Amino acid sequence: MAMKVFGQPMSTNVARVLVCLEEVGAKYEVVPVDFATAEHKSPEHTSRNPFGQVPALQDGDLVLFESRAISRYVLRKNSSELLKEGSLADSARVDVWLEVESHHFDRPMAVIIYQCLVLPVYFGGKTDEKVVEENLETLRKTFQVYEDRLSRSTYLAGDFISLADLSHFPTAYYLLATPHAGMLDEFPRVKAWIDGVLARPAVVKVIEMMKASA
Amino acid sequence: MSPVKVFGRAISTNVARVLVCLEEVGADYELVSVDFLAGEQNSPEHVERNPFGKIPALQDGDLVLFESRAIAKYVLRKYRTSEVDLLRESSITEAAMVDMWTEVEAQQYYPALSPVVYECIIFPVMRGIPTDQKVVDESLEKLRKVLGVYEAHLTKNKFLAGDFISFADLNHFPFTFYFMATPYASVFDSYPHVKAWWEGLMSRPSIKKISANMPTKF
Repeated sequence: MAMKVFGQPMSTNVARVLVCLEEVGAKYEVVPVDFATAEHKSPEHTSRNPFGQVPALQDGDLVLFESRAISRYVLRKNSSELLKEGSLADSARVDVWLEVESHHFDRPMAVIIYQCLVLPVYFGGKTDEKVVEENLETLRKTFQVYEDRLSRSTYLAGDFISLADLSHFPTAYYLLATPHAGMLDEFPRVKAWIDGVLARPAVVKVIEMMKASA
Repeated sequence: MSPVKVFGRAISTNVARVLVCLEEVGADYELVSVDFLAGEQNSPEHVERNPFGKIPALQDGDLVLFESRAIAKYVLRKYRTSEVDLLRESSITEAAMVDMWTEVEAQQYYPALSPVVYECIIFPVMRGIPTDQKVVDESLEKLRKVLGVYEAHLTKNKFLAGDFISFADLNHFPFTFYFMATPYASVFDSYPHVKAWWEGLMSRPSIKKISANMPTKF
């Protein structure tokens, strides 16, 4: 039976799950959740995700939410090498850089994406440049760490691609759509790493789904 | 096995997160102090361990890790026994529940609760910055919504991931401990199952031991 993913591919958190499903070649179905009609707050959806967010995943009787937890479940179920759970040290390094993605990359990026892409386009609002600048500074410090890291290994957790790298892709894709994509020119290894991730077949496929649902 | 080294200070929330897990599994460890007043967290030696210049970092032989949740998972995996299994990775569904509520702590609970800790304790005591009441009030509003979800969940489940204690529950200890030292501890009174769950956590030997090194009066 196919797994069901609730949410729109254009959401970074939904896309994160979709790329894992594509990487392992799992059968799945995307069930849209219509934010315009507040479907995400409906009793039906909040019974799957009590915080009224996307994604949620249904696999038989199991219902999960939180994209990074869903991603781990999908990869683990399919014995994917993207978690490196056969190695205590390597799986720890994957966990480290997944935490970094969540706290040092996603946090400032979420603000930048909201201010530059969501607020003007969907809410007719005005970008707060001061807030954007503060978060770009945080992002710059993060990229300095990444630039150094990627001088020591091909990917974040080591010389192997992992969920830690892939987890960055949806947000990195949107960074390239903001006026601040040029920041990556200051960090050539980071830029090359992002380009490499975005070229993976599974990622290319999910990007097409993100564009189609926008 | 030789003791693992944890770099940081006992009063730090994220260091405490790791120390509680080390205590739960009964591992040998050594806490190596990082002198914040001397700016040691920015020294080349420490940045080599934690490139963001934060605490904790962990060293186990050649392996060096940072990010407290990642370090804690490593500890729980390495020292797992049949009696102490806080990640449940041999069961794909139990592990998923642990992962999910671990993410909830990081993505929903911590962002709502931690600003109150920062505004009421960390900023005034450590940096001489006065409390921003607006931030506190906004955070408390968010926290109440989150606690509402927890209350509903803990009414049906003994612990977050199910009927077993796990890493997901333990993760809540450090910041909640300090929250209880702010003037807003009584917020939890409106959520009796959450309050009972918290009191259960506080009664665990590992948490009693580690919280003894965390001040409650400022």
